[in-house]
Amino acid sequence: MKKTHFSEWGIESPRYWGMLAVLGAIVAIAGGAVFYMEHNGHWVTGMTNQVVWGIPHVFAIFLIVAASGALNVASIGTAFDKKIYKPLGRLSALLAITLLAGGLAVLVLDLGQPGRLLIAMTHYNFKSIFAWNIYLYMGFMGIVAVYIWFMMDHRMKPYYKPVGVLAFLWRLILTTGTGSIFAFIVARQGYDAAILAPMFVIMSFAYGLAVYILVLMFAFKVDGRDIGYAIQRRLKNLLGVFAAAVFYFTLVYHLTNLYGTENHAYEAFILRDGGIYTLLFWAGWVFVGCLLPIGIVYHPSLGKTRGGLIAAATAVILGGFATMYVIVIGGQAFPMAMFPGKTIVASGFFDGVNGQPMLYSPTLAEFLLGIGGVALVLLLTFIGIRMLRFLPNSLSDEVADPHYTKS
Amino acid sequence: MTRKSVIMFLAASIAGLFISLVSAQAGEAVEGTAKADKLEQCVEPTPVMRRNHFEFIQHQRDLTVHEGIRGSKYSLAGCVDCHARKDAAGKAVPVNAEGQFCDGCHDYAAVSLKCFECHRTVPGEK
Amino acid sequence: MSREKQQGRREFLKTSAAAAAVTIAPGVMLHTLSADAAPRTEPVTDKVRWGMLIDANKCADGCTECVAACDKENGLDLVDMPEGADPSLWERQRPRWIRQVKLKDNLSGRITNLPMMCQHCEEPPCVDVCPTGASFRRADGIVMVDRHICIGCRYCMMACPYKARSFIHAEVAEKLTHTPRGKGCVESCNFCVQRLDNGESTTACQEACKHQAIVFGDLNDPDSAVSQALKKYPSVQIRADLKLNTGVRYSNI
Repeated sequence: MKKTHFSEWGIESPRYWGMLAVLGAIVAIAGGAVFYMEHNGHWVTGMTNQVVWGIPHVFAIFLIVAASGALNVASIGTAFDKKIYKPLGRLSALLAITLLAGGLAVLVLDLGQPGRLLIAMTHYNFKSIFAWNIYLYMGFMGIVAVYIWFMMDHRMKPYYKPVGVLAFLWRLILTTGTGSIFAFIVARQGYDAAILAPMFVIMSFAYGLAVYILVLMFAFKVDGRDIGYAIQRRLKNLLGVFAAAVFYFTLVYHLTNLYGTENHAYEAFILRDGGIYTLLFWAGWVFVGCLLPIGIVYHPSLGKTRGGLIAAATAVILGGFATMYVIVIGGQAFPMAMFPGKTIVASGFFDGVNGQPMLYSPTLAEFLLGIGGVALVLLLTFIGIRMLRFLPNSLSDEVADPHYTKS
Repeated sequence: MTRKSVIMFLAASIAGLFISLVSAQAGEAVEGTAKADKLEQCVEPTPVMRRNHFEFIQHQRDLTVHEGIRGSKYSLAGCVDCHARKDAAGKAVPVNAEGQFCDGCHDYAAVSLKCFECHRTVPGEK
Repeated sequence: MSREKQQGRREFLKTSAAAAAVTIAPGVMLHTLSADAAPRTEPVTDKVRWGMLIDANKCADGCTECVAACDKENGLDLVDMPEGADPSLWERQRPRWIRQVKLKDNLSGRITNLPMMCQHCEEPPCVDVCPTGASFRRADGIVMVDRHICIGCRYCMMACPYKARSFIHAEVAEKLTHTPRGKGCVESCNFCVQRLDNGESTTACQEACKHQAIVFGDLNDPDSAVSQALKKYPSVQIRADLKLNTGVRYSNI
């Protein structure tokens, strides 16, 4: 194994600026959508007093969850001393920061009063998971920034490992915190389950890695850099394990719910009668998000190809969005159980009359905001890899594989 | 078109704009119709109010919302009640309308006026 | 117009009550009343805990008097649908503090009517989750929102087990002096706090209920009507399993 050299992203200027222009335009359109929603108020969205969190939250939570997961590749190299992952660490940490920035931007821009962000920084209710998360997110950005510095600066080599371990522990707490936003909601049947917190950690592993794989392969491909089979195989197997772990947690979550009679109505809603939520659960969360990538990754021939890896990573991401939709929106669409043993036959405030779910039809502006968040992530990432040395010159087997022998 | 005629045209249109603005103003609030117009001073001497009115009402707002104290001398409702003028028909003019008590000063000082995004701008319905 | 009429009636009731009190016991009552009827100057304390008992048996099918009275008292009737909004979507977005709910027992088919609103929990989940502390519980048990520091995240709405809160989805052109309201904040029933702080002791919904289904008062005062009624009749909390110790109780559900 040779010494790894890093360099800035070397694609030709017109191509680089072209990409920035396209991404910038998408971000600008999202900015227009934000202005439209904030100027008018939330009545121009599909969000209501029943479904209070919508598409922006689906995107924001996906990105925030993926952010902590993207750091995993670096953590495996640093905290667990796997040498082959070390060259991959810088991009992994950069993506962790940009994904978090994109997710937070979407979350903040959907607030009813985004101009009062300063209040969120100065008034704290320490019982609120949301308030803890503000600290967790800010701390995460700071620690990962230092982590990147120590990875890049040879003088800081002695401190590199402790910071890496700290970043790893911090990201575990952070995703637990994100999952707890839902896990602590006692009011709603679909949430209020401690398993949501570890399930979010596992999901973050899968989504973050999938995003990492796609960005890495794209950045290398357009710059003519080489990724050898050794790296591809590692990433592919890791993705398969994570997708399987998500599947396992999904199974446990629903099986434990099915054990308790009080949750039967909710389970019937998600698994059988929920329309769009049922469809997204089975087709999106379970099939596209778990089974399909597992199938591709462990397929004897497909799994060895570049295309197979890209397809598997894409499937995990699409399944991830479906998962977030089922959790965030589906959990709210299911009527609250206020009167056990009784059916609400009339209500002046949409309490789920005759067990009907709450309606939600997202509007274009909400999607534009979410997509703008994704574009912002890529924009920041591309600028980062262009300006600083995040990418190794090569990940070909002779560079990356410690067991490589010339044949 | 000569340069002279261009200048004349511009001057005429600016003058017209100015006159229409002034006349529009006069049609709205009538001077001397606010309760405050008939009083010597506010709840504190004028210089104190000019400097500190925001501190007063911000402090009061927390006392009112969190401790339920509504009977003190500082209150935003009091500002509105006293400083809103009336138009010729006797209808109250919002204190944050252009050139009115709150807006006139805030506009001049370029300080944003957020109170009335939520609060009523004319005296209460009592 | 009708608002003025109603206000006039309330003023009349107050003054006639005062007159009656003065004639019965001039010295003492005069003193209590003047202290009582004036706007509050001392901070609220936990000596008082405001609460309610709602008798579902008395709540009449199809009656929405309490809802109309609440809308009027708290300016909710002034919230207009924005131009160009979809009316059926707007119905789901407009604010409501109190609502009529009709229940059918799954076993017996028995029909019950009751009003639902903020239950003013002693341990409110909305207060726990609020990141800025805008959602808070006043010393006298009223759960409310400090709109000055509400950032509009809606986490409290996710957390409330009673779906009692509303988000203001659009600009509000006209609002009442005692109920400020603006786009982008969350709000809910506050037991007509402006009445209580000005020395009154009823809520708009209680006053409006012709069937006397609502009894409102101080739960900490054993002699108050609500405490007496709670002692006399069996009552329940909605979602008692959450152990939130609600300030609003129901009988005959």
